[in-house]
Amino acid sequence: MTKKQKKNGTKTKTIKVDYLARVEGEGALYIKSRGNKVTDVKLKIFEPPRFFEALLRGRKFEEAPDITSRICGICPIAYQMSACHAIENACGVTLDGPIRELRRLVYCGEWIESHTLHVYMLHAPDFLRYASVIEMAKDHPKEVERGLQLKKAGNEIMNLIGGREIHPINVCVGGFYKAPTKKDLASLTEKLKWARDAAIETVRWVSNFSFPDFENDYEFVALSHPEEYPFNEGRLLSNKGLDIDAIEYDNHFVEEHVPYTNALHSILKERGGYFVGPMARYSLNYEKLPPLVKDAARAAGLGPVCNNPFKSIVVRSLEIVYACDEALRIIDQYEMPDKSREEIVPRPATGFGCTEAPRGILYHRYKIDDEGTILDAKIVPPTSQNQKTIESDLYHFAEKYLELSQEQLTWQCEQAIRNYDPCISCATHFLNLQIERE
Amino acid sequence: MVSNNTQESKSESKTVIIGVGNEYRSDDGLGVIIADKLSNINPNGTRILKQNGEPTLLMDSWKDADKAIVIDAISSGASPGTVKRFDAVEKPLPSQLFHYSTHSFSLADVIELARGLNRLPPSLIIYGIEGKNFTNGFKLSTEVEKAVGKIVELIIKEVRV
Repeated sequence: MTKKQKKNGTKTKTIKVDYLARVEGEGALYIKSRGNKVTDVKLKIFEPPRFFEALLRGRKFEEAPDITSRICGICPIAYQMSACHAIENACGVTLDGPIRELRRLVYCGEWIESHTLHVYMLHAPDFLRYASVIEMAKDHPKEVERGLQLKKAGNEIMNLIGGREIHPINVCVGGFYKAPTKKDLASLTEKLKWARDAAIETVRWVSNFSFPDFENDYEFVALSHPEEYPFNEGRLLSNKGLDIDAIEYDNHFVEEHVPYTNALHSILKERGGYFVGPMARYSLNYEKLPPLVKDAARAAGLGPVCNNPFKSIVVRSLEIVYACDEALRIIDQYEMPDKSREEIVPRPATGFGCTEAPRGILYHRYKIDDEGTILDAKIVPPTSQNQKTIESDLYHFAEKYLELSQEQLTWQCEQAIRNYDPCISCATHFLNLQIERE
Repeated sequence: MVSNNTQESKSESKTVIIGVGNEYRSDDGLGVIIADKLSNINPNGTRILKQNGEPTLLMDSWKDADKAIVIDAISSGASPGTVKRFDAVEKPLPSQLFHYSTHSFSLADVIELARGLNRLPPSLIIYGIEGKNFTNGFKLSTEVEKAVGKIVELIIKEVRV
């Protein structure tokens, strides 16, 4: 719904989207402008808070990965990984060897599946001016077929390591219920080689899209590890001086309740809004990427840092290349472990875990007692961390492009939200768009 | 024999029955439960699959079939257990009935995507069964449970058409 009106001789404009399509979950956007200034931006999230944190209290520590994986059908591995790491942290255990590698491999599957879904099915239609991938498929069948097959490659990793592709069941505190054999993993190799080439082709395809001229001086926050592009481990770094362990997360980040949304807004206590997800990971960890991915980035016209959120589709595609390449490396070097899981003995402690979900850092904290009963839990999903930055982007973008037609501005504001691949299901603890011009 | 997702059982007929749903979401699991019941009867050696509605898996599952029968729960406001039959090759499904998906694509979306990609089977029949409770849980609601026997009979007749 849109409306224009005059108040006291000044033009007013409202952009309102009552139901945002092509985002995971339900949400809405309201933008109000007066003259050439944006006066209000509200990103609203409708899904009711899910109270998972309360649900976890009184449950056994081994249940945390499976309970929290139910928060999201798109990134269940991320929830399982952050939960496992936090519980193991509480119990004083760090896992290495093949189990650590299998965790990275299953995360590769989730990144490939989730990123491909967003690039091809949700975000590309914005750039090519289609209402949905269904309309896009009629004119671009070859690309859509490629996207479907690429997504399937990710699903196959999830299926093999996780037991099934949605809400996997094989991940547990201490490792996996069952470890795959080397032969099991080798069955994925040919498909993943195809997928890596298809992902490079995806980077070429999306890099030729038209991108609005829009950059911001973001504070990127992501994990950083000295030896690898991050999935499960590393320190929390930013380009503005943050350098902390996950244990220190609550000292630096705070969640605020905002009246118009069911999601909490997370901010850095010192500096406010920040940016998590593929662009943050890429810009803070470019040097850890293998030459294959750097070459694809260079050919796509990207340097080591990307500040244009509309180009997140290119960065996301580069991360698909990385995930396919990393999966092939792990499969090639894998040796089946003697036991698929370490026995974890509970102790009264608080544990902290932060891993890189497809959409950005996912923080879990659990307090457990000597019998492993969860006394307290805290979960901060990536979308609630990006929400303040999404609103800030909308504020600046709408103001810069207020001269666009209502239809065009509404279209591009929705696109600006999808730059972040927001997962509303995760954050409700999400979309519908209204731009009001005064 | 019933198979999960990507696994396929041996088939003699070129008909495939696909039960779609999430058995952890009460009545949403109806399609999967019907697939289990039918597997014990195995009408005409038909291939029977259980799926979660993921687009590539669904399109792959009817790839070589002459006829595909898909069973899914719907929510239209009708009495729980009400059965509606749709010919999806003839026209698109009413998307407001098949919108239950946490994975971006409803059954109606997947069928339209397949239509755009020329990946529909020659015959695609959809049975939509009205659900009542779609919240977390493993049990069907009483009204839906009562309709299971009738739905199984309808699907067996559909296979023989």
